[in-house]
Amino acid sequence: MSAQNVLFDHPGPSARQRNTIITVVGWLALLGLLGALAWGFRAEFTSAKLSPFLEAGTWQFYILPGLLATLQSAAISVVTSIVLGLLLGCGRLSPVRAVSNVCGVLVEVFRAIPVLLMMILWYYIGLYVLVLGREGSPLLGVVMGLTLYNASVIAELVRSGVHSLPRGQGEAGLAIGMTPGQVLTSIQLPQALTAMLPSLISQLVVILKDTALGSAILYVDLLKQLQDLATYRGNIIPAFVLGAIMYILLNSALTAVAHQVQRRLSRSQRGPRPGNPERAVEAAAVGVVAGRGADAD
Amino acid sequence: MITAKKLAGLAAAALVALPLSACVNQQAAETGGEPAGEGGGEGVTIGIKFDQPGLGLREGDTYTGFDVEVAKYVANELGYSEDQIEFVESPSAQRETLLSSGQVDMIFATYSITDTRKEQVSFAGPYIIAGQDLLIRADDTSITGPDSLSGKTLCSVTGSTPAEKVKEEYPEVELQEYPGYSQCVQALSTGGVDAVTTDNTILAGFAAQEQYAGQLKVVGQTFSEERYGVGIPKGDVDLCNQINDALTSMVDSGAWQTALDETLGASDFQVDTSVNPPEFDTCS
Amino acid sequence: MAEMLERADFLAAFWMTLRLAVLGTVGALLLGMVVAIMRVSPFTSLQFFARTYVTLIRNSPLTLILFFCVFGLQNSLGMRVGDDLSTQNLFWGVVAISVYHASFIAEALRSGVNTIPLGQAEAARAIGLPFGASLRHVIMPQAVRGAVAPVGNVIIALTKNTTVAATVGIAELASRMKTSIEFFPNLLYLIFVLVAVCFVVLTLPTGLFFTWLSRKVAVQR
Repeated sequence: MSAQNVLFDHPGPSARQRNTIITVVGWLALLGLLGALAWGFRAEFTSAKLSPFLEAGTWQFYILPGLLATLQSAAISVVTSIVLGLLLGCGRLSPVRAVSNVCGVLVEVFRAIPVLLMMILWYYIGLYVLVLGREGSPLLGVVMGLTLYNASVIAELVRSGVHSLPRGQGEAGLAIGMTPGQVLTSIQLPQALTAMLPSLISQLVVILKDTALGSAILYVDLLKQLQDLATYRGNIIPAFVLGAIMYILLNSALTAVAHQVQRRLSRSQRGPRPGNPERAVEAAAVGVVAGRGADAD
Repeated sequence: MITAKKLAGLAAAALVALPLSACVNQQAAETGGEPAGEGGGEGVTIGIKFDQPGLGLREGDTYTGFDVEVAKYVANELGYSEDQIEFVESPSAQRETLLSSGQVDMIFATYSITDTRKEQVSFAGPYIIAGQDLLIRADDTSITGPDSLSGKTLCSVTGSTPAEKVKEEYPEVELQEYPGYSQCVQALSTGGVDAVTTDNTILAGFAAQEQYAGQLKVVGQTFSEERYGVGIPKGDVDLCNQINDALTSMVDSGAWQTALDETLGASDFQVDTSVNPPEFDTCS
Repeated sequence: MAEMLERADFLAAFWMTLRLAVLGTVGALLLGMVVAIMRVSPFTSLQFFARTYVTLIRNSPLTLILFFCVFGLQNSLGMRVGDDLSTQNLFWGVVAISVYHASFIAEALRSGVNTIPLGQAEAARAIGLPFGASLRHVIMPQAVRGAVAPVGNVIIALTKNTTVAATVGIAELASRMKTSIEFFPNLLYLIFVLVAVCFVVLTLPTGLFFTWLSRKVAVQR
């Protein structure tokens, strides 16, 4: 059910009036709330606390390096997540029982553990076991924490994508003498990847957003730099507001890209068309499961 | 910064190393980083705090505070000019590993000399003796020391020694832990907590910050002795003696007092002159 | 090891995590339901508010939302609830977790609405039900049933995301884990496994329950 407006009548004169009243009341309530917040925070937005953001040094030594570090950890994690996710996904589809079982267990375990716990573990492994030091350990923590979790989500995307293909695709490949591995890599994966592209891109939003957890293990990302700035200038609230704006802008841009890709894909009808209804239902169910990662974490 | 390729290598190494590393510390000892350079034209890497006004604070690309001034003086005496010094952040939990893996040559970062730490690193100095104290709102007369804290809320940094100490010795105090002292001080200034505890030097630095001028005060009843030493790699007696000589000359020339007045002194902070400037421990 | 267990007090930390998760779930479900209804309501302004809420919250890191609640609302504005610290911490932790996950609950419910065939709404309209009644008697009962699986997934994610509370010093499992490792670095793997198992104990039954529930209440079409 996509068309929302079947739920209610086309507004008549009295409905339109009610609509106007609710709109006015709603906006007044919202503006009142914002006004109360602004009044409450008036001591936090004085010129003394805002002027640091007009200085070049603030951007040069705090905000831009922080932004760069955030993007760097996100970029590395995206690449490693996709690589590991593809490996785990293919492993899970492997006809060899042992391989698919091991990959299945790994995916389940990585998905069950909170990202922050994984980050803390790898941070201390970096610190005590591998001795990567002050730059390496936090980066290792962030990257491994994000990679293991998101790879398991991507593995599920791969599996659901391949399962959503008509069975005939795989059978045809086998019939012309391809090995199961060849069928997977040259027939099923390319189609599955196209289908999962939008979910994959929204997963990137998750990765970018979760890099903010890195500040808890002293990764010098945007959030940590803003905290340092706040220590120096005593402007903790304006600094966090700026941080929120930057994250929202970055993530909205990524989401917009995801929507664009989705629209283009659905227009060109290149996505897999489920062969029989039973498979379609399964695909939808798995899609929902996989979509979880793309959503809440 | 570490490239993606190198990191992938590290990750692979980690996966291999994981099952092997039954003994964490042994592993740490085996895989040391590059050796610490001494003297010469190489430059020196010094670990400081980045987030403690008055002791070690990053202000853009410059660093201020008493630790920083002492570090600069000592490095200068050891033959390094100011532009040969690289300051890096050494958070409390990382200090031992940074030294033992050779990623920093010396640490001046509110680093108290303790027997536990001496098992892993050596210390020169101490160069100042601080003590755990309380920071309260200037108009608060109800708190005069740790004994008058019952029923009050106290803030310190997560997992820090001061926090642990208070938890053990004054269990009736409600303890709030935040990631950094700046959040504690913000909460104190708005009434979220009643007191902040850590070394009096650190507290004095925050009390002296512009935005809190006149609002906060240090109680002045220290209830521990924190002897800030210069952390150096374990067993480097030569370096230890050189640093102690440098510290001696800093105290004798009056530079020590000047540095103290210019950094922590801004908040009318007085060090305990019965123990400061401190006697050095023997290097070992 | 006994010393570590005694010092870390994982039981209290587990209790804190559990409270954050349960109260956060309740808050997120209530708020999410309100936002979802606003989203499908006939009032364009309410639709706009709901859409903006979801867009803004979904794109902000939970860490930042929590920082804003604790350092902004609690400490700067002095909005305090209850007298003792642990109540305040719990309160703002729950608020941040609820506000963040409500946006995902709202989306999950909306996806539940989207699984309902158009004919259902048209039929409701055809027999003369106004918006409120068709929502209450036709759409929402089916939407909630269709949304059980995704809502369950949000709740599992919420449980795991309670760890973010560690960043503002709330004494839950992740913060205990970090402190314990700093004091007992040689027990690194043991501590991790212990805490990880705590989370599996919380999330595994939740996952199984929602899978069972979604099968049980699934709308047959």
